[in-house]
Amino acid sequence: MAWFKREHGELDTSGEKRVKTEGLWVKCDQCRQIIWKKDLDQNLHVCPKCDRHFRIDARTRLSYLLDDGKYEVEDNNLVSTNPLQFTDLKAYSDRLKRSQQDTGLNDAVINARGTLDGKPVIVSAMEYSFIGGSMGAVVGEMITRAVEKATAGKLPLIVISASGGARMMEGVISLMQLAKISAALARMDTAKVPYISVMTDPTTGGTTASFAMLGDLNIAEPGALIGFAGPRVIEQTIRQKLPEGFQRSEFLLQHGMLDAVVHRRDLKSYISRSLDFMKAPADSVASA
Amino acid sequence: MANETELSSQQSGMLSALDFWICAVEAVCHTAVGREGSYMEAVSKAQDELERIETQIQQLQTVAGDNQDAQKQLQVLHDRIEALRRQMAGQLTPWERTELARHANRPYPLDYIERIFPDFSEIHGDRSFGDDAAMVCGMARFRGREVLVLGTQKGRDTKQRVHRNFGQPNPEGYRKALRAMKFAEKWRRPVISLIDVVGAYPGLGAEERGQAEAIAHNLREMARLQVPFVAVITGEGGSGGALAIAVADRVLMMENSIYSVISPEGCASIMWRDSTKKDIAAQALRITAKDNLELGICDEVIPEPAGGAHHDPDAAANSLADMLEKHLSELEKLPTDALLNARYDKFRKMAQYFEVQTAPA
Repeated sequence: MAWFKREHGELDTSGEKRVKTEGLWVKCDQCRQIIWKKDLDQNLHVCPKCDRHFRIDARTRLSYLLDDGKYEVEDNNLVSTNPLQFTDLKAYSDRLKRSQQDTGLNDAVINARGTLDGKPVIVSAMEYSFIGGSMGAVVGEMITRAVEKATAGKLPLIVISASGGARMMEGVISLMQLAKISAALARMDTAKVPYISVMTDPTTGGTTASFAMLGDLNIAEPGALIGFAGPRVIEQTIRQKLPEGFQRSEFLLQHGMLDAVVHRRDLKSYISRSLDFMKAPADSVASA
Repeated sequence: MANETELSSQQSGMLSALDFWICAVEAVCHTAVGREGSYMEAVSKAQDELERIETQIQQLQTVAGDNQDAQKQLQVLHDRIEALRRQMAGQLTPWERTELARHANRPYPLDYIERIFPDFSEIHGDRSFGDDAAMVCGMARFRGREVLVLGTQKGRDTKQRVHRNFGQPNPEGYRKALRAMKFAEKWRRPVISLIDVVGAYPGLGAEERGQAEAIAHNLREMARLQVPFVAVITGEGGSGGALAIAVADRVLMMENSIYSVISPEGCASIMWRDSTKKDIAAQALRITAKDNLELGICDEVIPEPAGGAHHDPDAAANSLADMLEKHLSELEKLPTDALLNARYDKFRKMAQYFEVQTAPA
């Protein structure tokens, strides 16, 4: 009965050739197409078969949008003080540390200065992988600073949202960030400085209910989840199934909530074109 | 009846009986402290008992008439009841405060409106979709001035609650509120908003009609509204749904109200994956009026009658009205520029909980 017993010691596998395939292929979660990762990278992380827009991190986003992929990072020295000393199943301070290590960022947004088709702009790009892109005191402050700098320097502002909303672990403090950013945007609006809000997958809760919906133009990538309440909360409230495509960019476009749904490859040119439109004629600037 | 100096034996008997009664209530409250779940029940029973004792005391006070000695003793008993009520209120956990803020008998904004602004004239509709009964707006007179009052309204019985959508406004409600604010701005009338809302309504139609856009728009426009603006959280201050009518020069909170980014139950089910952890969540979120005062979110806490506003809505309304007067009269002295700059600075400097460290590599 030596069937289950190896009589000649361990098998020698050192001669076998091993190919590491992990991470080389990605499956599209919409059309289930298997895509070679390099193809996906070259296609701006958009599925070549079904045009599904994959989520991308803030740095990649900035490099796609700004000339030569170059930009200067600002305000990246702010760190949350964990004002409520919040602890749920995990301590908030641990969650923060973990996200900081994983992303190399201090919080869920990057403020950048660069040029877009030669036009100087300020961009705030949110990082979804940092605690769901949630907005606490630091994100609120950084976006407010971006708004204020843009207003003071008469530079167009582009905010790219990817956020689940207010950061619960900072309680009502995170709620107040909505008011703070919106107040700064009111001044920006009065000063007639262009503001373009770009919504990406996902943009929900307090983020949508404040700066994401306050752009001179509100545009979104295809297929992005955009809404105020989460789909599950709505289902529980109204006790019925939600229609197909509910809260997706196209749904919002159809209901008049977006100016445009723009493919990732066209995003830069669309923004560039919009900035041309929002440049006030010289004489009106002089009289303003 | 008793003569001028001595109490009748019957009255002294009553006094000691009442004394004993209060002791009993005290004992019940003390033993209930720390026992899970039962405290709120014990407190609400104790409140009822105290009310009964108070009626007795009042009766005795009328009977005792000019008898100074009796009156003095009755006053002592009365003070003990008040102290007991305060003590009970002080021992409330944040979750128990939440229950108090949602108490079925708690005065709602319309209850305050009818007491403070007797000639309230309602205005309806958002001029583009409909009229949201969860949001009430109107013109009113307040101590010699014209004001615009707006508030959310939950509804008292089932029929009203359905009519008012349980006080959860749809986008047209927020747009109506903004339209009313703009109306006030045009005629240079101060705005008062009274807030008691679980949250903006999370419905299908609400999403289709742009709940997020409606709230966002309000936030921006309130920041530059050119008239004095006082917001009061009277019950629940439910996240964006409350903030959408609360970017004001002064944000006040009633003593037993709460203001939070999410309901304790919601937070518990997301963060603890267990909605029964609501008491822990309520504690962690720091939602009470006192917490909000400490965090710099709320400017002043409006005291409520002992045991909560529902024990004496008239007194609560008086307390609220006096506070409105105080803050409005301060704000009315400011020129518009100063007012707007102060409002901007208030929210700009609010909730600055971060520190400057070195940037990550």
